[in-house]
Parts: sequence; C-alpha cells; structure tokens
Amino acid sequence: MNLHEYQAKTLLAGFKIPVATGLVINHPAQAADDQLPFSATGTWVIKAQIHSGARGKAGGVLVADSADSVRSKAADLLGKTLVTHQTGPSGLPVHQLLIEPTSVIARELYLALTIDRQAQRVVVIASIHGGMDIEQVAAQHPDAILRLTINPTVGLMGYQARRLGFALGLTETALKQFPPILRGLYDAFIRHDADLIEINPLAILDSGDLLAIDAKIALDGNAAYRQKALFAARDVTQEDPTEVAAQASGLNYISLSGEIACMVNGAGLAMATMDLIQSAGGSPANFLDVGGGTSTEKVAAAFKLILANPRVTAILVNIFGGIVRCDLIANGIIAAAKEVGLTLPTVVRLEGTNAAEGRRLLAESGLNLIAENDLAAAAARVVHLSQAYSAQKSSIEGAHS
Amino acid sequence: MSILINQQTRVICQGFTGKQGTFHSEQAIAYGTHFVGGVTPGKGGLRHLDRPVFDTVHDAVQETRATASMIYVPAAFAADAILEAADAGIEVIACITEGIPVLDMLNVKAVLAADYPDVRLIGPNCPGLITPGECKIGIMPGAIHLPGKIGIVSRSGTLTYEAVAQTTAAGLGQSTCVGIGGDPIHGMDFIDCLALFADDPETQAVIMVGEIGGNAEEEAAHFIQEQFNKPVVAYIAGATAPTGKRMGHAGAVISGGRGSAEDKFRALAAAGVHIVRDPTTMGRAMANILGVTHV
Repeated sequence: MNLHEYQAKTLLAGFKIPVATGLVINHPAQAADDQLPFSATGTWVIKAQIHSGARGKAGGVLVADSADSVRSKAADLLGKTLVTHQTGPSGLPVHQLLIEPTSVIARELYLALTIDRQAQRVVVIASIHGGMDIEQVAAQHPDAILRLTINPTVGLMGYQARRLGFALGLTETALKQFPPILRGLYDAFIRHDADLIEINPLAILDSGDLLAIDAKIALDGNAAYRQKALFAARDVTQEDPTEVAAQASGLNYISLSGEIACMVNGAGLAMATMDLIQSAGGSPANFLDVGGGTSTEKVAAAFKLILANPRVTAILVNIFGGIVRCDLIANGIIAAAKEVGLTLPTVVRLEGTNAAEGRRLLAESGLNLIAENDLAAAAARVVHLSQAYSAQKSSIEGAHS
Repeated sequence: MSILINQQTRVICQGFTGKQGTFHSEQAIAYGTHFVGGVTPGKGGLRHLDRPVFDTVHDAVQETRATASMIYVPAAFAADAILEAADAGIEVIACITEGIPVLDMLNVKAVLAADYPDVRLIGPNCPGLITPGECKIGIMPGAIHLPGKIGIVSRSGTLTYEAVAQTTAAGLGQSTCVGIGGDPIHGMDFIDCLALFADDPETQAVIMVGEIGGNAEEEAAHFIQEQFNKPVVAYIAGATAPTGKRMGHAGAVISGGRGSAEDKFRALAAAGVHIVRDPTTMGRAMANILGVTHV
C-alpha cells in the first residue's frame, strides 16, 4: 500500500527525519493567511497528493509568492486529474494538496531503502544525482549509485552510515546530520514494515542543513495486520476501483486492454493463460487469480468483475482442480453463471480430479458454457468465439444504423 | 531415488489440528506418506487423525524422530514456526502458509544461514514438495503424479500441476517435484534444487517453471551452463503480463532492468536449456528430448 507524501512525511518526522512544516488542505479556503506555514523565502510550493512520481512534469507542483496566489493555484489544482508516466492514461484525481515553504537548495541527493531479493537484506541506495529519475541515473552512470546492505541481526551500523555520508561528499553540518537521518529511515522501515522508503531529493540547503523535500513510502501488504493505523489511512481513490473491489472479494485482478477475459486459479497459471490467449491471436482483458478454494461466491464475484468491463467479448475459465474435485467446481461455475445472468461465450477448461464429470455437468447445464479439457484447444476456441461475437455484434449494430 | 524426501521420511505437521492442517494431513496420510504426528501448542497429549499431537516441535522430534515438517500455521506465526522446526532439528521444512510479511522472512533467512545452515526450507507461499508414490508434503493433488524420472522445480503452484499432468500423460513420471514458492524472500531456489537433481540418479531431466520478476531464472541459467549436465526444459509465465505498478523506482534499480519473460527465455536458451513458449507443451518437449514416444 502506498502512502501520500504528507502521510510519509508525518511518519518520518516521528523518526526525527527533517521535513518542512506543511499544511494539508482539501479546499482552497483552508489555506488562510494565518494557517500558511511561515516561509523565509516568501514563496510556497503547492504539491498535488497523488500516488505517483513525476508530478512536476504533469503540472502537479506549483510555486506561489503570496497567500492569494497559493489559494488561486490551489483552486486550480484541486479536483484535477493528473496523468504521469506512472499513473496510466486515466490519471489520478487530486483531492488533497500539501503546501510547504520553499527552501534554498545547494545540492540534491537521492536516498532510498528497499528489499534486495537477491541479497535477502534491506538495501540502502544513494546517489549524488538527486532530484531526477533515478532509473535513468542507474542506466547512464551505474557508478553513481551507491548501495549498502544491512544485516538484520545488528541493524544499520554507525560505520555504514558514516562511510555513505563521506561517499556522498557531505561536509560539516550535513555530514553530522546524515547518520541519524539514515538510522531514522532504517528504524521507520523496520518498525512499519515498509517495502520502500524513498527520499528524492534529500536536499542540502544553503544553510548546510539536510531536508527531505519529497518522500514516498510503500508498505508491505502482508503486514497490514500489524500496521493497522497506517493501513486505515489507505486512500482508495488513488487505486483502480475494479482492483479495489476485487481485493474485497479475495480476488487478485488487474485490468488490461484486450477483449478476452480470463479467470484462473493461481497467479502463474493465470499469466500462462494470458500468454496462451495472446499466442492464439487474442488479447487478454485482465489478469484474474481466484486463488484456492474456488467457491460459488468467489466465482460469481469474479464473473461480475469481468462483466463490468464493456470490452469483453468472451471468457476463458481455466481451473486446475487440485484437491477440490472438478465436479464441485463445475457446480460452482454453473451456479455463479446463473446468478450473474452470464450470456457471453465462455470456455471452461477443467483439469484434475473428476474432470470428466465436471465437463459433463457444464455441457448439460443449458448455459453458454463450453467445456474443453485441453488448455491449448481452449485458448484457440475462446479466441475464435470472441472474433465471432465481435463480428456478430458489429453486423447487428450495422443493421440498426 | 529422489531428492529431499522419500518413503522413509518421517513427517509431522505444524498447525496439525487446524482446518488446513487437518485436511492436508489427511490427504498426506491417504497418499501413503510416513506421517508420524503433529504439533499444536496446548493440545499435546491428544490424538488427531490417529496420530499423536505434541505441544512443541522439540517434543515431536524426540518422540517420533521426525525429519520433515509441513507448516500450515497463520501468517503471523509462520516465522516462529519455521525457526522452531529448525531449532528442533527438522531437516526439511515446507512452509505452505501465504501472506508472511517480507521482513519476517528476511529475519528467518538470516537466522537459518547463521545457526542452521543445513536446514532445507521450501516456501513459504508454495504448494510444497512430493516424491510420487512415496511422500507428499503439501497441497498438491496426489493423483496426478506418477513415479518416474523427471525432476520438477517451479515458482508457481497450479502451473507445477500442469507440468506434472503433462509428464504423467507422456508416461515419463516425476522423481521429485518442488514448488519453491513465489514470495520475494523464500527458502530453496532453482539452483539448490538443480544441484540436488544433478546428484540424483533417478532424475534424468528437469522441468523448470519460472515467472517474470527477480532474476532467479537468470542465475539458474548461469548454473546450468556451468555445471548441470542433464536436459532441462523451461517455461516462463508472464510474457504478456503488465509490468508491476510501483510508486518509487528503487525496486527497478535493484533488478537492473532485468526480469522480463524475454530476458529469462534468452538467458536460459543461451545456457542450452530447451525453452518452451507454450505451457501446454512442457511434457511433449521433454518426451521428444528423451526420445520417448509421446502417448
């Protein structure tokens, strides 16, 4: 789960990470003269709170030099939808703004903590090239990316923080401030089950002090049970509504751009099914893992998600029965299909214990459910049915126009 | 022969009396697994499924000489269960539980590496492992397996079953199948399994099922090129999958831009692996390589 910048900064301030005093508003009037944080520079930055980087390029970060200007720019920004290269074409809505005084910045650093799968450790990534796209820096100047991994038994060691401070070319005040900042970030990471904490940029101000200008935090969803307060602050308006509904039903759904929907048990098999649809000449409309224990309720919820997508022309259900008998799964699919009034052509591939009985039940259901036992044949069949359905639909629409 | 587990392996279940533990222990017993008991703290001394229940894994090991454990405890208690098993002297630990926080697994791996380096951890978030006809530790359907000569190692659950069903249909059968799990930090990886398959005379060839993300398949490709001499067929799921949505970039920097299905296919092909792009042809491809007439 992602936190907003203002949520991340509030959390980090609790670990003594230096952040600007900000004001969070959801209406321009809340930026009243006496509410605005003091600005020594006389200017403020107004930042759209969306779950995406690259907000500046999308017009989501504005600077104002008076309280009136803050309010008028806030009015422009609130309610807008911002599209960045991380949001997808539909963009993300701006419901909240963070207003902070601007700072005079001498240098910008990059500093992040995440999990290194290979090292099986928390890794610190740092660079003197802050403020820009770190992936680009990594590609063009791999030497400019500094890393250190942390042994969980002892945690971050003082020497590691000092070495990194020197390697980043810090001096005087900044050099002294850096180790406690890194320690605070590591403590926050561990204490709150983070997946990522990214400070980009970590600024060295004219005064020599360090300041976190931007902050991103992503949390490990598996740790929700022990991070209840943070997960309660989740902003679902920043997520795909279909994916949010899927999660609520215990399903893992991701929207794609194609026209053939699929419903599969297991993430690997679901991806393999998408690959097969593609190689059969079709295009998958979604990734959908119904997980284990394919109950009627779950299958019905999955059909509802699929049918909410107007582009879908055919459905491929691919269930490898595992320990649950295929005749029981078939009955679940039939009941769910009846419940949602399924009319789209649907190919069902059942494999596992009692698969033959399951296929017989599907064939005799009187519904538009086509049983296949071979997965490749099922993929070819659903692509064919999808094309036939589209052709029929366009000829009907043609006749009516 | 086989790897990791066989007819003699004495198996216990942690989370024995829970719903999942009960169901899958019943299945394991019905399959013929040498299943000697289970652990549920506070229920020691009872009997369940006609087997003894113990309060601790240490008690269970002392009384039953168990060497393998399958874990079905809830995610919040799984790290504790893994380390309890390791400390009690269990050699093969299969953790089926999904949803364990990453930092828990990170700590578990650090402790295993330091204090219990010989323990074999499979999973978490995996289907477990099976030596067909001998020992089943996990949630896989036993009936689709056939004792035979193909080793299977996979990151995905149900896709493992595809590879199993196809090699069964082709009459090849399986020596041992290991589902290593899909979590970012897990126990045995492809290379650990390949190294065991290399020394197992019964395993004539290996099917490897990978997924997009991480670089375990690329590392396995390197290992195969350097020191694995048996034929390998590999499929990677996710050629058409969307790239993960992530808020920052640090994860992508770590993987160095690697991890796409195409990268993995390329690395494996360059290492002499027989790659299949159609997951329905894993068994057929293997039969062709071994010169077995496809059934």
